[in-house]
Amino acid sequence: MGALARRVRLPSRHQAAVFSTSPPGSKQVTVTFIEPDGNEVRATGEEGTNLMELAHENDVDLEGACEGACACSTCHVILEDEVFDGLPEPTDEENDMLDLAFGLTDTSRLGCQVLLTPEMEGMRIKLPSATRNFYVDGAKPAHH
Amino acid sequence: MNKFDQVAANERVRYFGNVLIGDSSNGGGSDAENGHVGKLSLSAIREAYDGVVLAYGASRDRLLGIPGENGTASGRIGILSARLFVAWYNGMPEAQNLEPDLTSFDKVVIIGHGNVALDCARVLLTSPDALATTDITERALNALRASKIRHVEMAGRRGPLQVSFTTKELREMTKIDGLRILCDRGLITTECQSPAGKAYLDTSRPLKRMMDLLLKHSISEEGAEQQGAGAAKTFTLSFLRSPTEVLFDQQWGSYSSVPQLVRFRINRLEGAPASAKAVPTDSTVDIPCAMALRSIGYASIPLEGAPFDKRRNIIPNIAGRVVGEDGHVMPGLYVSGWVKRGPIGVIATTMQDAYRTADAVLMDVDNGYIAGDSGRASSRENIDRMLASEGVAGARVTNDDWKRLEAFEIAAGEPMGKPREKVTDVPKMLEIIRT
Repeated sequence: MGALARRVRLPSRHQAAVFSTSPPGSKQVTVTFIEPDGNEVRATGEEGTNLMELAHENDVDLEGACEGACACSTCHVILEDEVFDGLPEPTDEENDMLDLAFGLTDTSRLGCQVLLTPEMEGMRIKLPSATRNFYVDGAKPAHH
Repeated sequence: MNKFDQVAANERVRYFGNVLIGDSSNGGGSDAENGHVGKLSLSAIREAYDGVVLAYGASRDRLLGIPGENGTASGRIGILSARLFVAWYNGMPEAQNLEPDLTSFDKVVIIGHGNVALDCARVLLTSPDALATTDITERALNALRASKIRHVEMAGRRGPLQVSFTTKELREMTKIDGLRILCDRGLITTECQSPAGKAYLDTSRPLKRMMDLLLKHSISEEGAEQQGAGAAKTFTLSFLRSPTEVLFDQQWGSYSSVPQLVRFRINRLEGAPASAKAVPTDSTVDIPCAMALRSIGYASIPLEGAPFDKRRNIIPNIAGRVVGEDGHVMPGLYVSGWVKRGPIGVIATTMQDAYRTADAVLMDVDNGYIAGDSGRASSRENIDRMLASEGVAGARVTNDDWKRLEAFEIAAGEPMGKPREKVTDVPKMLEIIRT
């Protein structure tokens, strides 16, 4: 089973997913994702779309291993201070998963739990970058 | 379409299911002997591909090594692998013959303080009606409907600050209707409020939140007695307990005979919270049960053709590049996940790890270490020729094949209101795929 033995929970619980339906007359909101390598992707979605869905629709390199069920932290995104402060508090369940996120910051959220609002127009969303240590312990791999 | 489907649908990705790599001890077992499974050696794969990433996880579970662990000739199970129990209710073919004893007594003991242990406890204590709308197998659901288990005790050798499970899994226990959570609240408070404990919690927000959650939702054993035993289901999280033996059909308390008794030595803690050791005392305690499960850690197994570090139970590597016995990197061979780092960490950890290994592969391609003009044409034609010559082509299950099986499972689940009803038998799966 491997590390994903951790998936050995009761399967198919989409209890926390927030794939909301948009109210009539909802607005289009445009934001910019910043990928770990600095590449920027502009994405437009309807108000109420969650950031993970929006990223996936626009081929942004954001994972979503549990399909938005708030059961992993692979859709971790970093928001701007003022946007973060304007959002409702994360639920206990989201905080449980954020605790396990890689490179957690003070303005980290799970993409699957944050819904687009008109106030987010122009927002910049950072994807966390891994610390990429190619050579550990100072050891250099010998090739051939 | 989810992310996994998206990757599988990429035309540059090909899925090969039902193909066993290395010898049959690597998980295939009897199916391989029945001739349903294709077989390939790692060396044949490395011949055909410029790069190979080993990501086969940690399939072996660690044993306690105590008397009675393997049960009796008369059919008592002793201590069962928690992972096998999980595989049983999740429909894994190799676990379907398991007949967990859920009826000879009202209690199950689980040894270990990790997430797999909590998964087992949750399934045993959740009402079957609530499980009926998940994709748990009908076989497991029927067994759980007949279950007499009302109490689960989860014992670990160290204290509350050393548990390995995570907050989300513990929180799910707090949401089971009518379940009482019992633990030594005095110990938790003492551990959290000692100067060393306080300093340790200051460095770990997750652990601090978890201790708060546990104190908020638990009652002490004495508190439970005052409330009266009643009909309540209980989950007991016990600390400082190391199992020393399993006894069978013993007299216990007012019972003339209980099916199994697990004897625990009581420990005390020594050292700083981050690295505290369990030190044995002279006291013991016996816990009666129908069944005991063990989940005390996992280990990877070696694969023929790849080096293996027998002490750490991983494939030796530098940042994902496999290092051979001569201390040099083996060109084109990589590792990722638990077989690279050892069996620790959740999906997010493993994902970061996969990124790093993928970076190493790309870097080696860019630098011309692999996939260059080495004269070896790693083309699909060559790969297909190799698969045909090794006799794998006929056994292979493709992504489209899997989609057919998945459609069958989803249709089978629909009348029962389940997301799917899994097919739990490999020949049956192949029959559905091939017709």
